[in-house]
Order: sequence, then structure tokens, then C-alpha cells
Amino acid sequence: MPILCSNCIDKRAVLKRPKTGHSLCKECFFWAFEEEVHMTIESAKLFKPGEIVGIAASGGKDSTVLAHVMKLLNERYNYNLELMLLSVDEGISGYRDDSLETVKRNQQQYELPLKIVSYEELYGWTMDAIVKQVGLKNNCTFCGVFRRQALDRGAIMLKVDKICTGHNADDVAETVLMNVLRGDIARLRRCTAISTASEGDGVVPRCKPLKYAYEKEIVLYAYFKKLDYFSTECIYSPNAYRGYARTFLKDLESVRPSSIMNIVHSGENLSVREGVKMPVQGTCNQCGYISSQSLCKSCVLLEGLNRGLPKLGIGKHHRLHDKILSKEPLTEREQRKLKSVDF
Amino acid sequence: MCQVEEDYHEPLQRADPLSVSKKCVKCKEGTAAVVIRAGDAFCRVCFKEYFIHKFRAMLGKNRVIFPGEKVLLAVSGGASSCSMLRQVQEGLSQNAHKKLRFSPGIVFIDEGGAVGQAVEDRRRAAAELQAVFTATGLPFVTVPLEEVLDLPSSVLAAASLVASGTGAYKAAVGDFVRSGAAGCRTSLDPERRAPADVQESRTRSLQQLIGSAKTLTAREDLLSTLRQHLLVHTARSEGYSKVMLGDNCTRLAIKLLTSISLGRGAQLAQDTGFSDSRYGDILLVRPMRDYSAKEIAYYNRLFGVPSVFIPGLETKATDKSSIQRLTESFVTKLQADFPSTVSTIYRTSEKLQTACRSSSTADLCDRCLLCMCALDTAAENASAFKATLISEQLSQAQAAGDTSVVTPAPKEHESAAAIGKRCTSGAEDCGNAASGEGCCSSAKGAESSDLRSLLCYSCQLTIRDMSSVERLPHYILSEAQRRQRRSQMREEIGEFLLDAAD
Repeated sequence: MPILCSNCIDKRAVLKRPKTGHSLCKECFFWAFEEEVHMTIESAKLFKPGEIVGIAASGGKDSTVLAHVMKLLNERYNYNLELMLLSVDEGISGYRDDSLETVKRNQQQYELPLKIVSYEELYGWTMDAIVKQVGLKNNCTFCGVFRRQALDRGAIMLKVDKICTGHNADDVAETVLMNVLRGDIARLRRCTAISTASEGDGVVPRCKPLKYAYEKEIVLYAYFKKLDYFSTECIYSPNAYRGYARTFLKDLESVRPSSIMNIVHSGENLSVREGVKMPVQGTCNQCGYISSQSLCKSCVLLEGLNRGLPKLGIGKHHRLHDKILSKEPLTEREQRKLKSVDF
Repeated sequence: MCQVEEDYHEPLQRADPLSVSKKCVKCKEGTAAVVIRAGDAFCRVCFKEYFIHKFRAMLGKNRVIFPGEKVLLAVSGGASSCSMLRQVQEGLSQNAHKKLRFSPGIVFIDEGGAVGQAVEDRRRAAAELQAVFTATGLPFVTVPLEEVLDLPSSVLAAASLVASGTGAYKAAVGDFVRSGAAGCRTSLDPERRAPADVQESRTRSLQQLIGSAKTLTAREDLLSTLRQHLLVHTARSEGYSKVMLGDNCTRLAIKLLTSISLGRGAQLAQDTGFSDSRYGDILLVRPMRDYSAKEIAYYNRLFGVPSVFIPGLETKATDKSSIQRLTESFVTKLQADFPSTVSTIYRTSEKLQTACRSSSTADLCDRCLLCMCALDTAAENASAFKATLISEQLSQAQAAGDTSVVTPAPKEHESAAAIGKRCTSGAEDCGNAASGEGCCSSAKGAESSDLRSLLCYSCQLTIRDMSSVERLPHYILSEAQRRQRRSQMREEIGEFLLDAAD
């Protein structure tokens, strides 16, 4: 006796939803998935009609599905948004150039304008060159910090009003766990917000329409819709600390599938005691980007790379920020500490 | 690299080879006996001083235990709680520096019935512990967990909060000194020291109750809730105002991550903080929260603290059998690679507080039926809870009478409870052929969905894992019915009430 879809009770069920465990047919699953994203967008009021929205596209499953669903919902519900694709080239040979091909294919399929910004043109360094200097342990820090700024710069070049990224529920849950493990109370408070604050120039507000979608459901959607995407792990990522949080989350999901939403729910309901010191938002003295210190993180990291002191920026060094700003040379002892170690 | 606040000022050092004749880093005289953290070797005397100092500092910093107060020590027989017992005992002894000034009693909750221990094993473990307790000279009671089946529903009534600021502490000290510092010996009912064996039928009822939870995660959760209720009831009936729990730093770090994974983000501060005031008149404190499991193990071994191992639900369970067990193995493995993990998590927990939505004298209806914490199930727009409800609704056939599927029904969080209500009236055909709750066919489905409106997010998950809520102890079910009647009353007269006070 074939199992019937629990929604239409008409067609045969072809999949089981990881999120709720119900058995659904293809069409009902598509409809449920799209409907959920639509309700997330509506209830959080993510977009205003007439806005220009940049979709951060990496060629991976999240951004491919995001581009597809955004285009679909834009037409179905008349959001009146002008959509564009924005992509970042970190310069990782063998990984990024392949996924960028996928983005170019997406551009043709969905007929959306595309802009690619690269680390090479923005900072003068590719990730390959950075890893040669830094090693395999702290390189994710560089990539993440640079990418955020690259997205913002690209968005300003494209003149978009908002950026939307493909972060899914698993990503948000991982981030909550990672921030608890690292003791980062400031980020813990902010990381479950669905969109960033929109103050200041040089900053484009960012939102996550797929925040409540499970990663497995995104893959199911892409599989059944026959969407084409590039799916390989970044070659430099195996030693990242986030990997621990990710393995733990995967294990949690296998014990109890609702764990992912439970963690997101916990993160949203956390409250921090008064009197705990929080960073204050200001601007970088060198490049004008938003920063909570006198120098923004990417300026510090770049300075370190350019001077051959790759550990500048990993760990707390804000005492040296003034020195860097005034372009004083660092002492012998400071230089020795900041040089790279054997990896 | 794994910590935000990490400083890299020290140049990398060559690790010193361990030598037997190392000197203590504190007094620099005695030979080192223990290495607590990498590089910190202590001699026996300094270690004991360090250990005792931590206990006193924890009590002194949080001035919640007033002199002359009756405090109940919850001892499970494990290393942490026995260590806590020893600390209290030493602190009370005459030659202690700055003697502790409260009056303790001991309670041991015998959970052998829930775990399925044989009667002789239970008797043996209880006798061993009783010998330990008698040696301390403090009054004690042994309470079998089966007594939870007979609790009155007043356990779940939130007594009014005893508001106390720093002024109250000083006043209490003053009163105590003036009354001549008479150390009152508390007396616990001597008949409860070694109770007769529990009746088999009651053990079986308890086992059926625990067994009605289908997953080990839900069983653990249910067991700890029942244990806490029993502790609070014992404290109330014997006249104690504070309960000391023996949770150590490692266990609390694991508990923090577990609570986050179970959806208890709003209640984290109460689950893992120093003091837990959810029961109003009884305050739960955790004086051992600064000690890692390693330090306690060293102390117990060096200074001969007796402890009795009693198997629990998760003994010998595999890593992935429950969320609690999985988190435990994750944290211990991570701690081996990154030794600062547990202390970082501990520091994070210190910075949290309970989000208080309503006033401090919270309405009974605003508290979870099982865990007695403030409810966190207001399904606001753009929240994870609302998203789960929407997913549930979209994956099932619509109930008869709902409007078109494009616009969501106005009150989704009523969907489960509403369907339940419609079914018990029996008048309408629900049309919910494949609904997970099976609410058409049996009244018990309606009961469990009705209970859900009284529970917080994570207790809802626990109840969802239970095959039937009928096995819950009578006090929980009757309190649930009482709250429902009261909220129905309030709905009827809502427009005539002037303020929200209960």
C-alpha cells in the first residue's frame, strides 16, 4: 500500500520532510517550502516594494535555491523587487573558479544581471597567496572577514538597497553553538537576527530569507526541481573550529530532527545580563568601514599580510592599532611574536 | 584561536618535561602533588586551601544563605555532591576559620526504581550512603522516587517570591549575632532515615511512567523534572528554605549546551546559574559550580571523601542514544583538545539572565506546568516557534472549515488545541486523516494537545515524545485541569477585568 501525501491525500508520497517527518508528494513539498519562505519574508517584512535586492550567489546549493525561490516568489506574489546576482571570487583555484561557472549559468537561466568582485582587485591578495603565508589553521578568519567587506563593496558598486544571503537554519544553529563555545556574548546576541541593522553609509543591510529552512530540505528541493549547483567542500576548511560545531549539530539532528529549530529558538530567546560589556559601533579610521575598534578587522589583517606578520589580527592586538595608524615600525619583540609559526 | 578574548602575549614556550621533584607553584616549598591546569602544580596543603577557599568564596560572593538558615543538601551519592557534603561538614566544624553559620540537613533521593535496579542493590547502596551520612552527624532522610506519585499539587503552585536585597542579608547577620549565635540543630523525621522497602506496585507504576516516554532524551528530562519536584516538596515539608545542589562546572557546561539543544534558551540562567528562584519560596543554589570534575576527583582521592556510585538512566548508554549523552561526549572530547572549553562555556553562562516578560510576581498561567519557568511560547511574527507551527500546518491536510490555503489561519498556535477541542465536542468531522496526533479517535490525543498550551517549548517536546499522558502523576494532571478551568473562566470575563493581576 503506497503511502499517500499527507497534504493532498491524493498523490503518492515521494519524500519525507526532514523538518516535520510528514510524507509529501513533490508538488506539495515545493508548495510548502516556497510558502514557508514567503511567510518568513512577509512576517519579518524583509523587503519593500521597488527595492533593488542583491542575491549573494556562490554557486552552492543555498544560493542557487535562494536565487530560484526569490525569482519565483517575486513573480508569484508581486514583491516588485529588482533582483541581481552578486558573487565574490576569493581566488581559490580548483574550487571557486568552478563554482563561479555555476553562477554564470544561473545568470543565464534566470536572466538576472551579475557582478563578480574578487579579492585580487579589492585587496591585492588571493586566498591561495594568503594560505601560503598564514597556514591552514587561521585562514577561514581572513576569508570570512574579507568576504563580508567584498559583498558590501560589490553591493555599493551595483547600487542595491539590500543584500540577501543563503544562510539556512543549520548555519544559524551552528553559529549559535560556536558562539557559546567561544564565549562571544556580543555575537551570540546578534546572530539569530534575521536581518542586520541598516544604519551608516558603506553598509548595506543584509537578510536571510532561508533562515528557517533546513539544509536537507534545501537539497531535496534542488534535487527534485533539478537545479544545478556545485557541491564541494572548500579545500582549506577542514581545520576550522566551526567543523566541531557542525559535526555536533549533525549528530544532534540524527538523535532528534527538531534540534536545529530548537537551537534557533533558544538563540532567539537568550537574554544577556545588564552590565555586560558590549562593543560599540563606530567607523574605521583608515578606510571608513564600520568597526568597533579604531581600525576595522580587514585593515588589520591586510596590514599583517602586507608586512609579512600574518598573526596580526588573530587574537587581541588593539594596542597595536594606534601604531599601525601612525605607521610606526613595530619593535623587534612584537615582530617576532607576530610572524607565522610552523604548520 | 578558539576564544574571542584570547591574548597572545606570551612567546611560545617549550613545554617543561614533567619531573617528580617539582615544587608547588604557590608556596614554593612543598612537593607538588596535583597538576590542575597545565603548569599549575600544587602541593597537598595548598590544594586543600585552594579548594576550600573556592567554596567559601562562592557562598560569600552570592550572599543568599543567611546565618541560622536551614539548608537542605541534595546528595546523590556521586563525587560532586559527596564533596559538597564534606565541604559543608568541614566548614561547620569548630576549628574552622570563620565557621559556616547555617543549619544543614541531607536528603538522598533513591532513584533505583526508575532505573530498574534490583531491590537488594537498592538496599545496599542506600545502606552504604546511610553509613556515610551517619558519620557526618547531620540529620538526613532517604526518599524513594516513588513518593513522587503521591505529591500534592501544591508543589506546582508558585509561592510568592521572597524578595531579598543586600540589606536583608546584613539585617539577617545582625539578628543572628544578637540572638547569641545559637546553632540550632535541625531534626528530620527519624523514621524517614531508612524507610521500609517500597511496594512493588508503586515501583511498577513509576517504571511505566518513565517508560511511557519513548526516547531516552525525554526520559532523562522527565526524570530530572520529577526529581526536582520531589526535592522541593521535601524541603517545604521539612521546613527548609534553601536547597544546595552538587552540580560541578563540567556538568553545568554540558547542561548549558543540552539546554540550548532542547530549546530552553529562555531558561538558561535558571538552569545553570548559581541560584534558581523559580519555585518562589525555595531557592536552589549550586555552590560547586566553580569546580571542574577533575578538581573534585583529585580532592576526593587525596582526602578520602567517600562516595557511592549508583547507576542512572544513561549509564553505559551509547553516544547517540540521547541528546544529554551526546553533548557530554562532545564536551569532554573538545575539552581534551582545547582545555579552556569548559571554563569558557561557564563564563558565557554567567553573562546570561532570565528574560522576564511579565512582572516578577508572575501569573500562574504564565508558567510552565512541568518546569515552572516562564513560558516562551508567544508565537511572535518571524520567530522559530511560529515557523515550526507554519511548517506543521502546511504539511498536513487542512481541517474542515479553514479558509483558503494562501492566507494563513488567523491564530495558528491554536491549531493543535483547537482541533483537539473540536474533536472532544464530537460534533464536527475533523477531516484530519493523517494528523500526527490522531486526535479524532481518542480523547487522550485531545488531552495531550491541551496540555501543550500549558507548557514551555522544551517541555512540549518532552510531552510529544510520550505515548500517553495518563501515566503522569496525579498532581500534574489535576493541576493542569485546574489551570485550564481558570483560563476558561478568565476568557469569559476578560473584558470586565481591570488589570492583569491574578
